Amino acid sequence: MATLAIDALPREESPGRRAARRLAKRRASLAGLFVVLFFIAVAVFAPWISPYDPLATSWSAIRKAPSAAHWFGTDEIGRDVLSRVIYGSRASLLAGIVSVSIALSLGVPTGLLAGYAGRWPDALISRMTDAMLATPFLILAIALAAFLGPSLTNAMIAIGISATPIFIRLTRAQVLSVKVEDYVEAARAVGNSHLRIAVRHILPNVIPPLIVQSTLAVAAAVIAEASLSFLGLGQQPPAPSWGSMLNTAKNYVDNAPWMAVWPGMSIFLLVLSFNLVGDGLRDALDPRHA
Amino acid sequence: MNAFLTKRLATIVPTLLFVTILIFGLQQLLPGDPALVLAGEERDPSVVAYLHKKMHLDDPFPVRYLYWLGGVVRGDLGESLRMQKPVTALIAEKLPVTIELALIAIAIALAIGIPAGIVSAIAKGTWWDYAANAVALWGLSTPNFWLGIMLILLFSVQLGWLPASGYVSPFEDLGANLAAMIMPAFVLGNAIAAVLMRHTRSAMLQVMSSDYVRTARAKGLDERAVVLKHGLRNALTPIITLGALELGTLLSGAVLTEQVFTIPGFGKLIVDAVFNRDYAVVQGVVLFTATAYIALNLLADVAYFLVNPRLRDR
Amino acid sequence: MNRSRAVLALASLLVYAPLFGQSLRFGLAEDPDVLDPTLARTFVGRVVFAALCDKLFDVDDKLSIVPQLAESYAWSADGKALTVKVRPGVTFHDGEKLDAAAVKFNIERHKNMPGSNRRGELALVTTVDVVDPMTARINLSAPFSPLLAQLADRAGMMVSPKAAAAAGDKFGANPVCSGPFKFVERVAQDRIVLERYPNYWNKGQIFFDKITYLPIVDATVRLANLKSGQLDMIERMQPSDVPGLAGDSRIKVAKITEIGYQGITLNVGKSEQAKTNPIGKDPRVREAFELALDRDGIVQVAMDGEATVGNQWVAPGNPFYAKNVPIPKRDVAKAKALLAQAGMPNPTVTLMTPTNTDQQKIAQVVQAMAKEAGFDVKIQSVEFATSLNMGDKGDFDAYVLAWSGRADPDGNIYSFAACKQPLNYSGYCKQEVDDLLNKSRTASTVAERKKAYDQIAAMTLADRPIVYLFHRHWLWALSNKVAGFKPMPDGLVRVQGLKLQ
Repeated sequence: MATLAIDALPREESPGRRAARRLAKRRASLAGLFVVLFFIAVAVFAPWISPYDPLATSWSAIRKAPSAAHWFGTDEIGRDVLSRVIYGSRASLLAGIVSVSIALSLGVPTGLLAGYAGRWPDALISRMTDAMLATPFLILAIALAAFLGPSLTNAMIAIGISATPIFIRLTRAQVLSVKVEDYVEAARAVGNSHLRIAVRHILPNVIPPLIVQSTLAVAAAVIAEASLSFLGLGQQPPAPSWGSMLNTAKNYVDNAPWMAVWPGMSIFLLVLSFNLVGDGLRDALDPRHA
Repeated sequence: MNAFLTKRLATIVPTLLFVTILIFGLQQLLPGDPALVLAGEERDPSVVAYLHKKMHLDDPFPVRYLYWLGGVVRGDLGESLRMQKPVTALIAEKLPVTIELALIAIAIALAIGIPAGIVSAIAKGTWWDYAANAVALWGLSTPNFWLGIMLILLFSVQLGWLPASGYVSPFEDLGANLAAMIMPAFVLGNAIAAVLMRHTRSAMLQVMSSDYVRTARAKGLDERAVVLKHGLRNALTPIITLGALELGTLLSGAVLTEQVFTIPGFGKLIVDAVFNRDYAVVQGVVLFTATAYIALNLLADVAYFLVNPRLRDR
Repeated sequence: MNRSRAVLALASLLVYAPLFGQSLRFGLAEDPDVLDPTLARTFVGRVVFAALCDKLFDVDDKLSIVPQLAESYAWSADGKALTVKVRPGVTFHDGEKLDAAAVKFNIERHKNMPGSNRRGELALVTTVDVVDPMTARINLSAPFSPLLAQLADRAGMMVSPKAAAAAGDKFGANPVCSGPFKFVERVAQDRIVLERYPNYWNKGQIFFDKITYLPIVDATVRLANLKSGQLDMIERMQPSDVPGLAGDSRIKVAKITEIGYQGITLNVGKSEQAKTNPIGKDPRVREAFELALDRDGIVQVAMDGEATVGNQWVAPGNPFYAKNVPIPKRDVAKAKALLAQAGMPNPTVTLMTPTNTDQQKIAQVVQAMAKEAGFDVKIQSVEFATSLNMGDKGDFDAYVLAWSGRADPDGNIYSFAACKQPLNYSGYCKQEVDDLLNKSRTASTVAERKKAYDQIAAMTLADRPIVYLFHRHWLWALSNKVAGFKPMPDGLVRVQGLKLQ
């Protein structure tokens, strides 16, 4: 008898489902999501959609304006800008995603440890995190990239490490607020190990703000890669990346502006999209905004 | 309050110590012999040897660190080997410039971000909301060095309204100073405007769905005026904290902006020093910035503490 | 009597009035280092010195030595002493007189001050004697023809002994020199301000009251400043910007071929890497590499045509250019044949380049050209500071390297080709070449020196420790209001005769 009554009650929506529904309602964020997926598709299918080899130089076609043969024009040694923009999406997306992955894989466990263990591990980690946060992000990234050597991989590592303290802090704050909840104390009372509690009970609550922060961090990382390349520390020529294309293009803005317009716009669109998605996720996952 | 203060102060020293180790360690790990860079074109071996001695490059790492730290405690941050000038003098020269740039940038950010946040919150879900969002987000999404170059092309080269680069002291010529600062400050302020917008928006939304509004409605007061008044007050409180936090963003942004607009501030000083392996300058400037950042954060916490009566009774 | 004098003075004032108050704003490509001629280490510092510090001699546009602070000179018969007559009536910016004692002080300062960058240049100078108040004799341990050229650069710059002795190594913060302009102030990375020195010995040629040097690293922004009227003149314009200025009536472009060069240094003996990498161990591979390159093509693509092709450390128009070794034409077939002969049809070569757009462009073009002959060139971009280190240690196969150039050909070859010299990145070491280099330094006539250089060229160009590509054009852009500018091959801007219309 009782089971029938329970079955008759409407099922409560899972938080994930609710978030997805809310996200779908925000049109801007949805648009952002589509743009992001578009760029990912471009990056994945680059070899098939790119009209030319991004590394193919042509002495006779130097700095030609956009035309039927070259939709985005050519660059300073005759390479097709459209092809380079297409392949460049790989570098920029990689820069964004890998850097944040590094920051997450370093930051979340550290933050969990700091928040959960408390006392001296927390004090030590917090002071080190404060120290890293007190150093301006770009300076840290520049110093790291200079130390490792100019390349896309090293730029990603540098950005990832520089972004780690934010995730440490975020994770730690979440852990601290969840740690005192009843169900955690109950789990402890029942005899669960610390590790089990951390992973099964605390981590799931940390995830929503982490998702939001990660999305925004990817946006920031893409710009950071462009900035490092602007200073000569990111992806090196001839390999294409939007940031290094901008670095070269800045010398030709007067007579070949198309060299800069397209990579610049691409960075802008990609970063804007990530920001929109992040914003939408934040609204969707925040229980306060009904 | 006292307990709070002492607890916070106690964390400052170890943090600063970590900063020094971090930046000193990073510097020493940089590949390349700084003496070679500083020795100039001719790479005269006697000059390289002289620089090695002067920079204590042949001493082991801990010795060099302690030597430098000893100097710091005495107020001597070392000397820029490229320009033969004490780091403290360089900081005193450059700091006002970057501070002025930062202040104007913050003013611009406030002018863009707060109204955008208010509009976005009040007209939530409508076209205005999206437009305001877009305006503020644009700042976060455009690489600032790129924006800078585009602005120079438009306003300096094509229109000739503003100077392309350089810096004039405000005491010398306020007009020229502002003309030179407006573009870089705009570029810098853009990114912060987005943060401010988001923040204002959420603070306003909080207020709008809270007791204030219901009470006002019940009392028959003009809803919008009440919302604005309480919303703004709610939003402004954490702005103090935000301001302190954004110092880091400002300085990072300043690095590239100053490079593009050739403004002789902190950011440019540091980038050039890293590339020229002018260790003393990098160490000194980062230490100074970190100290300022930590101090500002502490002040912000204290201010927040004082302003928010609920926290006081904890 | 007084009346007419006053009228005359007033009249002359009116005549010269348009010239008073003239100020020049000059855009530099970098921020100079310390403004002390003894310690100075950068090229861009010399641009400022051209207005701030006069030197014993100067060079003209044919690179011949002309007197400046020295009125005349004479070599001793054995070539081991140079007697210099000091120009009378010259004073330093602090009013002190320039005399032989001051010359002695300065040369000794260049030689003995800790951290001095002039020691290598004056290595063969032993002592300086004051023969009489206005005559100094510089004694050498061995004959050294390039000495005059050294004294036409920073080693010959004269600073006030009183100010230098008082300031010690802090002299650079407030230099007191003997040039047409004296130091007013300097804000690091912002500007250097100089003002006219009223008692300059050649003041008739000076038409500015003030010069402001503004370092603007980004070439696009530097040009933008010129176009918007905030600067009167800029140096080192980008080649790709030249065509765009053709239609601009407010700006003119001045150019001249440099005395330096752009080349690729090959590791033939600097480190163990020389023995294992194909280009280091087999001269035929090096020859194939050079034959695979089309110098004209590189100049067209990488420099937009703004360079003169060359194959030696001096440009083809230079009197010391060895005509017996002309520029080789591109020959891909021969290159392939040589590689086959050497048993390495597809050698892998790592080409190191600093992260600087020009050098990187050259590297990319070279990579593409060499590929046609079978070379697999891998480009390794490193940060400038790191590249110096790697070059110093020999951690490279090939290195894209430029040299700013010196007036005397010795400055372009000795330190690069003589055994174990500081700029010898290639590790090249051949006794016969060293002997010939010494001969070129000790020989006293131009003809003898030329003979030595011809032989050096024949040997070194066959061994190829450096593949010289071209000599860039110095490119200045100036407002049409600036008159009297004469482009000089050393890239420095002499202020004598320069004025605003």
